[in-house]
Amino acid sequence: MPILQTKKLTKKFGGISALNNLSIEFEAGKITGVIGPNGSGKSTLVNVLTGLLPITSGRIIIADSTSLKKIAAHEMPSFGITRTFQEVRLLEQMTVLDNILVVITKRNVIGALFEKHKTHYLKIAENVLERLGLWAKRGELAVNLSYGQRKLLEIARVLAMTEAESTDVKIFFFDEPFAGLFPEMVKLVVSVMKDLKQKGKTLVLIEHNMDLIRELSDKVIVMDSGELLAEGLPEEVLSRRDVIEAYLGE
Amino acid sequence: MEYLIHLGILFTIYAGLAVSLNLIVGYTGLLSVTQAAFYGIGAYTTAILMTDHGVNFFLSILIGILVSGLVSLFIGWILSRFKDDYYALVSFGFNIIVYSIFLNWQSLTRGPLGIPGINKPELFGIDFSRNINFLILTVIIMAAIYGVCAFIVHSSFGRVLKAIREDEKAISIFGYNTSTYKLVIFVISASIAAVCGSLFASYITFIDPSTFSLNESIFILAMIILGGLANLRGSLLGALFLILLPEILRFVGFPTDVAAQMRELVYGLILVLLMLYRPQGILGEYKL
Repeated sequence: MPILQTKKLTKKFGGISALNNLSIEFEAGKITGVIGPNGSGKSTLVNVLTGLLPITSGRIIIADSTSLKKIAAHEMPSFGITRTFQEVRLLEQMTVLDNILVVITKRNVIGALFEKHKTHYLKIAENVLERLGLWAKRGELAVNLSYGQRKLLEIARVLAMTEAESTDVKIFFFDEPFAGLFPEMVKLVVSVMKDLKQKGKTLVLIEHNMDLIRELSDKVIVMDSGELLAEGLPEEVLSRRDVIEAYLGE
Repeated sequence: MEYLIHLGILFTIYAGLAVSLNLIVGYTGLLSVTQAAFYGIGAYTTAILMTDHGVNFFLSILIGILVSGLVSLFIGWILSRFKDDYYALVSFGFNIIVYSIFLNWQSLTRGPLGIPGINKPELFGIDFSRNINFLILTVIIMAAIYGVCAFIVHSSFGRVLKAIREDEKAISIFGYNTSTYKLVIFVISASIAAVCGSLFASYITFIDPSTFSLNESIFILAMIILGGLANLRGSLLGALFLILLPEILRFVGFPTDVAAQMRELVYGLILVLLMLYRPQGILGEYKL
C-alpha cells in the first residue's frame, strides 16, 4: 500500500524541467532506492517532497488521504516526513547535543518556552548519540566534527525524530547518506536503516552505491532527466539494458 | 558620587537595550537596527502620558510596552519574511520611518522642540527624584530584564532561536514555523526596549527625536558586537565599556566636548578592529 505518491509532479527552474510529470509511489514499511545519473532530479524530488522547493504543478498524496499542491517545509513532520541532506546541513555553531535536542523538543512557542522535561530529552539524545558513536562529542560544536561524524550526526538527528513525542515520523528520506563514510560508519548507518524498516518505517534512499542499493532496497526507482525511467525489484531493474545505458553509461 | 550614580543609571538603561537586542542579533542571527525606534516609542509614550495626562510613571511603562508591542508586531510581521542583508535593510528603513514620525508629528511629539518637564516616578512614598533611588529602580528593572532574557535563551525556545540563526530552512524542515519565532522574539525585544525608553525619559526629564535616530540603533548594536554576540554578559560588558568610554577619554586629557565626539570615532574604530581580529566580540559565541 503506498504511503506517499506523486501525481504528474513537475518542478521547473526557469524553462528547465527538473521533474517532468513524475508519477511514482513509495510503499509503506519498505525501503525504496532512488537512483539515476547526476542531474536526473533525485535531490530535486526530495526537496519538493519535503517542502524545500515549491511545486510547479502536480500533486503529492500522503497516506492515501492528504492531497497537497503546496507544501510548507515546517508542516512536513506533521505529515510524518523527515530527511537528511545531500550536502550536510547541521546547526554549525551549536553543540552536537543541541543539534539533537532541537528536533525532539516541543515545536510551538509557548511549549518551547515553558517545557520542563530536560532529563527525558537528555535520555533520548544520549541513546541516539550513543547509537551513532557521538555521545563523547556531545559538547563539541558541530562545525568542529569530521566529515564522517557530520554525516552521522545528520542520521542521528532523523533517528531522534522517531523518539520525539511532538512528531510521528513515518517516512525518512536519506539523500546520499553513505557518501564519504568509512566502511565502519557505512555498517552503522545500514544497521540504523534496517532497524527503522523493522519498526515499520518507510525509507527512501538516494544512493549511487549499487551494492548498498541491492542490499537495502525492496524496490528501485530509476530517474532520468526528471522522468521515471524504470521501477521494480532491484535485480530486475538494475539488469535492464536501458537502465544500464542511462545510469552506468555502458 | 552623584556622577557615578549618573553613569550607573545610564549603564543599566543601555544594558537593558543591549541585552534585548542581543536576543535578535546574537541569538537569532537577524541584523536588526531598529532598537532605537522602540526605545523612542517607550520614551515618548511615558513623556506624553506623564506630561499631558498626568499618568503614573509605572502605568506609563505598561502602556509603553503595549504600544511598542503593537508597533513591533506590525514591523516584525513584515521583517519575519526577510533574512540576511534584506532583514538589515528593512529594519534600517523602519528606524528611519519611526524617527521621522517623532520629528514630524508635531502635535503629538512637539517635533524637534522635544518634550520637557517629564516627572520622576513616585511609588509608595519613595521619591525617585533622588538619583540614588532612581539607580536602585533601574537596577531592579534591569535585573528583571536580564532574568527574562536568561530564561528565554536557556529554554528550548532559545535553542530554536540559535537554530534559526544557523540554518533557518533546515530547522523549518524539522517542524518549526520560524516566522512565528522571529516575530515573537522581535516583539519581546521591542517591549524591553520600550521599558528602557520610559526609564530614560523619566530620568533625563526631557526627550527629543535626536536620541532615537539610526545612530542610536548602531550605538546599541556596537555594544553587543563589542561585548559578544549570543552572550548576555557580553552585552553588559559592551554597554559598560561604551558608556564609560567618553568618561575615560575625558580623564586621559581630552576636553569634555571633544570626548563626547571621540566616543563615536572610537567605537567606530573598535568595530573595524573587532571585525578584523575577533568578529564574535569579547565574550561572544557567534560571528556575524
